[in-house]
Amino acid sequence: MTAADWVTAVLLPVGALFTLVGTIGLVRFPTLLTRMHAATKPDTVGLALILLGTAFQVSGPRAAAPLILVVLFQFVTVPVLAQTLGRVAYSRGEANPEYLVVDELAEGVREADRD
Amino acid sequence: MSILDHVYTATFVMLSLAALFTVLRLVRGPTVLDRIVCLNAVSVLVVSFIAVEAAVRADTAYFGLLVTIALLGFVGTLTAARFAERRAHDRG
Repeated sequence: MTAADWVTAVLLPVGALFTLVGTIGLVRFPTLLTRMHAATKPDTVGLALILLGTAFQVSGPRAAAPLILVVLFQFVTVPVLAQTLGRVAYSRGEANPEYLVVDELAEGVREADRD
Repeated sequence: MSILDHVYTATFVMLSLAALFTVLRLVRGPTVLDRIVCLNAVSVLVVSFIAVEAAVRADTAYFGLLVTIALLGFVGTLTAARFAERRAHDRG
């Protein structure tokens, strides 16, 4: 086994483990917002590790460029998705207030209603 | 079989378990937003599977597919989420 093989052998299972832990949270967590949290963050790390592990198996950095592109794309889009889903959940009244420690959006909604 | 083959098998098993859990939540729901979250998780899982397959074959032919699925997963999830939004004028 070459050094690149060893890097892949470490990165791929660790990445898959992150994804697995995230989906366990997706099944077990009690509220919509916590489930969304568990589904988005570990998945991103897991995907980044897996793609990085794959990059070491292809020939040369030029061939691995699309993988880096996908990782950067995930890092940009996943927070956008999480933010949007959180807002939508709130607007539908599905963000359980019992589980919210701080509700900063309520203030904004009140102000918007006043105007 | 070299160590790397066992590593690939272990990775596929873990990803399959993750897919199983995602489908479980997809079926259970209970709200439409849970299913939208699962939709995004599914697209990430598909990208992961294809990436590992590309590593197994040391083949770069799959990479266009990875970029496309990542893009479609984002646009699809965002559209579905915005579609599910309840705006002030909807509540009447």
